[in-house]
Amino acid sequence: MTLTVNGQRHHLTFDPRTSLLDLLREHMQLTGTKKGCDHGQCGACTILLNGRRITSCLTLAVMHDGDDIVTIEGLGSPDALHPLQAAFIDHDAFQCGYCTPGQICSAVGMLAEASAGWPSHATADVSVEHVELTPPEIRERMSGNICRCAAYPNIVAAIQEVHKETAQ
Amino acid sequence: MRSFTYERVTDPDAACVAMAAHPDSKFISGGTNLIDLMRLEIERPPHLIDVSRLPLTAIEEFPDGHLRIGASARNADVAAHPVVRSRYPVLAEALLAGASGQIRNKASVGGNLLQRTRCHYFYDTAANCNKRQPGAGCAALHGAHRNHAILGASEACIATHPSDMAVALAALGATVTVLGPRGTTRELSIGEFYRPPGTTPHIETNLATGELITAVTVPPPPPGGQRYRKVRDRASYEFALVSVAVVLATTDGTITESRVAFGGVASMPWRSTEAEAALSGQPANWQTYQAAADRAIEGSQAQEENGFKIELARNTLRRTLAEVAATIERRAR
Repeated sequence: MTLTVNGQRHHLTFDPRTSLLDLLREHMQLTGTKKGCDHGQCGACTILLNGRRITSCLTLAVMHDGDDIVTIEGLGSPDALHPLQAAFIDHDAFQCGYCTPGQICSAVGMLAEASAGWPSHATADVSVEHVELTPPEIRERMSGNICRCAAYPNIVAAIQEVHKETAQ
Repeated sequence: MRSFTYERVTDPDAACVAMAAHPDSKFISGGTNLIDLMRLEIERPPHLIDVSRLPLTAIEEFPDGHLRIGASARNADVAAHPVVRSRYPVLAEALLAGASGQIRNKASVGGNLLQRTRCHYFYDTAANCNKRQPGAGCAALHGAHRNHAILGASEACIATHPSDMAVALAALGATVTVLGPRGTTRELSIGEFYRPPGTTPHIETNLATGELITAVTVPPPPPGGQRYRKVRDRASYEFALVSVAVVLATTDGTITESRVAFGGVASMPWRSTEAEAALSGQPANWQTYQAAADRAIEGSQAQEENGFKIELARNTLRRTLAEVAATIERRAR
């Protein structure tokens, strides 16, 4: 099957049991995407599938023929960081760093959802057209990503900064 | 994970034909629950039929006021849809209270209805579970069952149904459209769709072999207010201890229409016609809400560790009814 990963088309053959996460890590050596729980509970494996954030452990690679995947490796490079990567460094938004690729991919997807006007569980009135992305909104929308070092305050600050910059 | 063969279908009839050819198969759409269960070898389908690309993603409003939601629509798209948010806020709230942003982007409406319980004994293949292995017994009955059911359970199974979405759909009087192998369709209410556990907790729905969910249809919402309130151990990304979906209409302080459904307390989304009867035609005040809450939990049966759910269900309903009534009043002013 064919898969576009970080802008490059690949023709791949693999066992149908292979998760998208294992395909990226074990078959394509894209080890930036992390395996935490392998049950969709921790968010470490978050990637962007056709522009939307998903947990790559909970999907079979075989179901994604023709799809477009972006991983942390495709967001930025050491010489040209993605604004969220730079903001995570500036705000010291990690300690061990294991959850960070998932946090950043999730934040990219989440900011797109917020700018499309999607409400969340933290939104008092889901019928309003515009939702202000306050810290409680960011925390709720990022609840699928766990950080066992508990860098949460700095993660929220980093995301908020990038949101403010892009909103301007 | 056990090995399986895989095929992708492109139209709903082909999906039913494929299932008829391999009756042990499973349909897979979002996969967010099924893949987890396959990895743990709780589900061991020899064949998967991928229905994720069926043209069933539309969310359409009809001239008579009904809303039809395709079975392949992603949970996130349903929750973000302007019509759902403005006319059926209880459905948007229920969806947004469930899972995480990543999972809502993947999970389908049909799959949400068919997700399995999160009872930890169902997931623990070393434990006895009648749902996983009929006749094995229920480890939860005398085990850790703080999260388990107080309504509609049986001696064979006290697991709860995990969906938030289905609770809102039960309150909204939604129907599930099902396509059969001979091309025939039928409509089931949420109450008809699910089966109480009885002595066969492994059979959770009234779907026949080879039937495919193609849509969920929600009738026009009654006037008034709606609310989904979920009580859980964590503020986010957690299943309900108790949840309540309320749809309420009042005229001059009298309740003219009411729908009540509970989640987290029963083996299936629990519509409480008893609570609705106690509300109908009564003054919108605390006494009425109290009476409705008392009726709602009549016949409930707690185990050693989950008795707190009875009071929690009562309190959650009372408070949600009061909140919805206050919102209606505020809007009328």
